[in-house]
Amino acid sequence: MILEEVRKNKVKTVAIIAFFITFVTLCIYFLSLLIFDSVYIAVIFGLTFSIISALVSYYNSDQMILSINNARPATREENLQLNVTLETLCIATGLPKPKLYIMETDAMNAFATGRNPENSVICVTRGLLNSLDKYEMEGVLAHELSHIKNYDILVSTIAIVMVGFVTIIADMASRSLFYRRSNSENNNANAIVMIIGLIFLIISPIFASLLQLAISRNREYLADSSAVEITRNKEGLINALKKIDTLSKPMPEVNKATATIFFSNPYKKQEKDSIWSTHPSTANRIKKLENIK
Amino acid sequence: MTVIIIIVIVIIIAIVLLYNHLVGLNIRCKNAWAGIDNQLKRRYDLIPNLVEVTKGYASHERETLIEVVKARNDEGTLSQRALESEKVSKNVKDLLAVAEQYPDLKANELFKNLQIELTGTEDKIAFARQFYNDSVQKYNTAIMSFPNNILAKIMNYKEKDYFEVKENEKENVKVDLK
Repeated sequence: MILEEVRKNKVKTVAIIAFFITFVTLCIYFLSLLIFDSVYIAVIFGLTFSIISALVSYYNSDQMILSINNARPATREENLQLNVTLETLCIATGLPKPKLYIMETDAMNAFATGRNPENSVICVTRGLLNSLDKYEMEGVLAHELSHIKNYDILVSTIAIVMVGFVTIIADMASRSLFYRRSNSENNNANAIVMIIGLIFLIISPIFASLLQLAISRNREYLADSSAVEITRNKEGLINALKKIDTLSKPMPEVNKATATIFFSNPYKKQEKDSIWSTHPSTANRIKKLENIK
Repeated sequence: MTVIIIIVIVIIIAIVLLYNHLVGLNIRCKNAWAGIDNQLKRRYDLIPNLVEVTKGYASHERETLIEVVKARNDEGTLSQRALESEKVSKNVKDLLAVAEQYPDLKANELFKNLQIELTGTEDKIAFARQFYNDSVQKYNTAIMSFPNNILAKIMNYKEKDYFEVKENEKENVKVDLK
């Protein structure tokens, strides 16, 4: 079962990376075509840029996400209980211990990132650390560990970084289009190129957000039930969800691109599921957990 | 002729796969055991600190713990070691519980950390034990079912013990206590 999930997630990642490389290559191609008026330069520029950025995001995406969210390492000396709890769960799952990070905010949330279990990170907020007891924390950490075990972290981390890239490129492209328009000599071929480029620029943000939606949602239910399988104590996770739902404040400072990887929706409470929601509603998650066994 | 060759090749491949499967299960059991062993050792390393920190408090519980740890036995059957581990667990928990009644001890930073580490180690032992017993169950089922049993006999793979207290030894304990 788990192996099947892992395989699916790896295929998804390859698909995302392939899509990303094609897309970025095309974007840069049109962009350089506008600037240099040479097909060769455009192709070379597009390919180099997209492959290098794909490699960089594969190896550094976890660090990028951590620094976007201002997380710092949680040492064993300062946060003994948290570290011991995580070590215990790692023994239960047979995973290597992920690096632990803390976000200094009163809001209650957590996320996991990285490209594989050997290079993984779990990050919790100060608010979560202060409000949850040992068993509730165990539930949340086990949920994040399941994301690591299933390779959900790989898909979501890569998607977040690549979607970020696409947004930046689209932004750059639209600026240069406007710049170019002011001093263009009325050329037919140039106009077609510009139209195609413009279409890409318009669909890119739409596609990016659809991609993000496809990744999360159902993964959360799966991670919840795997977490109970690890801790053999569903009350811990249920109580944690209830506490987060009633006590937590929204985290407006969270970068919009990284919202999907959080344990619960960082912006607002969610009443029910819809196709546009990045997270399942807390009520539905609790209901599903209570149905276990 | 070709049919025979194909059959022989298929049989060889099957044997290789079965062999690898059994070896894999065996290694998993060994690793799982190493996991328990590590945590048991870790606990024995922590106990002297606990004894030291609680000096002057809960003298009766401390002495029982010291006695139990002195009788430490790293050899013996799995069942014996499981029994011993349970005894140590109980005594550590007793001592921690008694120490809770002393506010100045409870506020002691060293004691707090020890408490977290020791309770954590108890949890780790429990999880490692669960993981080990699951692995042994898979291994035992595999070497007893056909056709693995023939291969297991050739490889001299024997049934493994679970890390748990056997029923008859449990009764022995009760007699001891009387």
